Amino acid sequence: MTRRRLVADWIWPLAVFGALALVPALHISIPKLFDQPVSSPGTLALLSSCLVFGALALTYDVQFGYTGLLSFGHALYVAIGVYLANIAITDWHWSFWQGVLFTMAAALVVANVLGFVSLRVSGIAFAMVTLAFAQAGAVLALKDPHHWTHGEEGLGADYTKLPQAFVGIVNTKNLYWLTLAFLAFVFFVVRWTVESSPGRVWQAIRENEQRVEVLGMRSRTYKLQAFVLSSTLAAAGGIVYMLLYNGSTLAVTQPNFTLTLLLMVVIGGAGSRWGAVLGGILYTYLNDRLIAIGSSSTVEGLPHVLRTPLEQPLFLLGVTFILIVVFLPGGLAGLVSRGRPTGLRRLEEAIRPGGSEGGAPEPQETA
Amino acid sequence: MSAVASRTLMSLADVHVYLGGSHVLQGVTFDVPEGGVTALLGRNGVGKTTTLRAILGLVEVRGSVKLGDDELAGMPTHRIVKRRVGYVPEDRDVFTGLSVAENLRLAERDAEPRYDLVYELFPELEARADQRAGTLSGGQLQMVAIARALLNDNRVLLVDEPTKGLAPALVADVAHALERLAELTTVLLVEQNLGVVRRLAKDAVVLDQGRVVHAGDAKELLDRPELVKKLLSVGVA
Amino acid sequence: MSTFLLLTITGLGLGAMYFLIASGLSLIYGLMGVLNFAHGAFITVGSYGTWWASVHIFDGIDSALWRFLASAAFGLVMGAVVAALVELVLIRPLYSRHIEQVLVTVGLQLAFIALITGIFGPDPKAFEVPPWLHETTDVGGASIPNDRWIEILVAAAVLVLLQLFLRRTRYGLIIRAGVENRAMVQALGIDVRKAFTLVFAIGGIAAAIAGVLSGVYFNVVGPEQGTSLLIFAFIVVVIGGLGSIGGSAVAAVVVALVQQYTNYYGSAGIGDMVVVLLLGIVLLARPRGFAGAVVGGRA
Repeated sequence: MTRRRLVADWIWPLAVFGALALVPALHISIPKLFDQPVSSPGTLALLSSCLVFGALALTYDVQFGYTGLLSFGHALYVAIGVYLANIAITDWHWSFWQGVLFTMAAALVVANVLGFVSLRVSGIAFAMVTLAFAQAGAVLALKDPHHWTHGEEGLGADYTKLPQAFVGIVNTKNLYWLTLAFLAFVFFVVRWTVESSPGRVWQAIRENEQRVEVLGMRSRTYKLQAFVLSSTLAAAGGIVYMLLYNGSTLAVTQPNFTLTLLLMVVIGGAGSRWGAVLGGILYTYLNDRLIAIGSSSTVEGLPHVLRTPLEQPLFLLGVTFILIVVFLPGGLAGLVSRGRPTGLRRLEEAIRPGGSEGGAPEPQETA
Repeated sequence: MSAVASRTLMSLADVHVYLGGSHVLQGVTFDVPEGGVTALLGRNGVGKTTTLRAILGLVEVRGSVKLGDDELAGMPTHRIVKRRVGYVPEDRDVFTGLSVAENLRLAERDAEPRYDLVYELFPELEARADQRAGTLSGGQLQMVAIARALLNDNRVLLVDEPTKGLAPALVADVAHALERLAELTTVLLVEQNLGVVRRLAKDAVVLDQGRVVHAGDAKELLDRPELVKKLLSVGVA
Repeated sequence: MSTFLLLTITGLGLGAMYFLIASGLSLIYGLMGVLNFAHGAFITVGSYGTWWASVHIFDGIDSALWRFLASAAFGLVMGAVVAALVELVLIRPLYSRHIEQVLVTVGLQLAFIALITGIFGPDPKAFEVPPWLHETTDVGGASIPNDRWIEILVAAAVLVLLQLFLRRTRYGLIIRAGVENRAMVQALGIDVRKAFTLVFAIGGIAAAIAGVLSGVYFNVVGPEQGTSLLIFAFIVVVIGGLGSIGGSAVAAVVVALVQQYTNYYGSAGIGDMVVVLLLGIVLLARPRGFAGAVVGGRA
């Protein structure tokens, strides 16, 4: 391995994660960024949230950014992680590890089955099918036929069953390290798989699926791999999420949740690992801070017209998203590596009607 | 170029087209003289259809495509067509959900579309005016496709393999229609059927692997079987 | 039997709304290839625009009926204007970038709903309608709320108007051809882009009508109403075939009725799941939906 690769592949990420690991020891205040000192439970909880979403965004990036699969149902797998482990522990009184194993196994099975079915179609149809399956899951969680999820009330986790290291405000910094470790885990797993030979096929599929087929490979098999990997990692993220928030609520079952992940990945940069993670972290942070800013005295003083949109973080994030899509399609990562990420090309071909032949008439576009 | 000097109506210069990563046209250069039929020949996949699509702006073009004094490269398709460029595509691209009459009506561009000419050549289209185009036979679809181009007064007509897949009797009909068209306007004809080429074409341009490898009088080319075999890999009809 | 009748009419009323939303989505996707998530915003413009007008502009009018109609007209106009603006400002500049077009509509949807929530608050507002809409008519032993008839009538009228427009006008011709093969329409010298704004505006009006009707149907208007209807409308569009108005109409009826019947005869909430499964089945059997419209390109 060349020296440059060694630095890029290992030194940098480890340095970053190592630095992040030291955060709970920083007893400093950064008033502009955080309300409370960095090492306080409040701030650590926020940071943990950022890290978890960074990881979840990265799991979505595997199928969307790398393989070119636009799914509107990723939330389903996060929800499986968030709910199943909790249900197993709190409703069925299993042990924590039994719950975790069960959840991961369930996620693996569901991802394979639903993925196999969904991938029979592609493009818009695929997006719709994934949305449909996620909706089915959401309805199931809401209607709660067996009184497991507790519907709209949500299901608090039985904290006596959880690993004590993660229970209680005192242990917020342990939760922080958990989320950091999870993010690092996902990061390295994604990198390893994406750069392996199946991973290269995923990226090729994103570029030009027909070519892949012509080369004699069944693209559907590879797409399923990426989908299953993405979904099971998301479920694992769901478990971490559940630990962080101490329970399960319906918010993770909504289509909005998947769209949020989509926003994160696009803002950060689809097809870029650091980009997706950054997108997740930034979005979560801004979502939280914007609420605080919205109710701050400066904004209170603004005229009603300006104040109202600023009090709605989703509005600002939506607008930011639009601006990025229009002016900076590579996301923030694209600022570093210029130009439109070619990953989106493939998606374009999937979504454009008539496939690659009946293309739009503008001369700038190639058929 | 043709031995008899005539005005150049259209000229392509160093045209490059990339499709899905492939360098399909690698510097195509040729002239289309005004009046008569210029045949665009070549084996399958050399870029003949792409050349026509490039002229129409249906693909991204690098290089120059001049029609008279107008530079077409970079212009949006509908504006190119408004400059009186007609198109009969390889797959006909007739709108199957519309009726025959609707297909023709959509194609009207000039103030006085030439329905009398169309119905004279293709009386069947008048009879089937309200029939849904999706129920037409291959030959009838081809008639509609040609009729659309016939309706308007075009400076140049781009015709892509009009006899493809047609029975011999229909081939003769189509050739006859094209003859009438050639009296009215300049035609750039992509065609694999060398009999039709011989009947119609004055000049011929041969493509191979995205480049022009031969240009000259059509009959001269067709009278040399070894050359035809070399360039087109077929026996002469 | 009377329950069945009530369910059926109610289902048709719901189907009416699905159709109104789906028709616009279908045309927009069929012609432009844009999956318009912002359609939910158009629905909301219709519902909130009407509500706002009835409270702030037309509250002086005595007749409840005219108050309602004037407010609804306002809501519809707003729907058309917003839709046209969205197309001109956001969609058209991204013309050759399809994925970005879709993403922009997603962002627009989120931002718009947030804006509405910010301005009007997250709680649903009471929606005022002429009182006789709340009364019921006795049909075959069943008490059918009158608003159902209106919804069905309006949707049927829109269906007829749309078909007339598509079949009798030049723009309708261009749109029908463009849905089949956009490149060829351009190759006939027609600038299809003009039809784009028109199609968006039509979709905006239809969605706004659905928004008004949803206010009537649910008795309130809320920020999330548009989104929840939108999801079902998407399902209807896909089942009915992208680009097909007739397909949307049939699929809307089927989906709504299936929902109603299974929710009642099965258990509450099952209807939604069944519809979703129906979508899955249809897509797997016929990836292009039932009407199988060839979307924008060759078969």
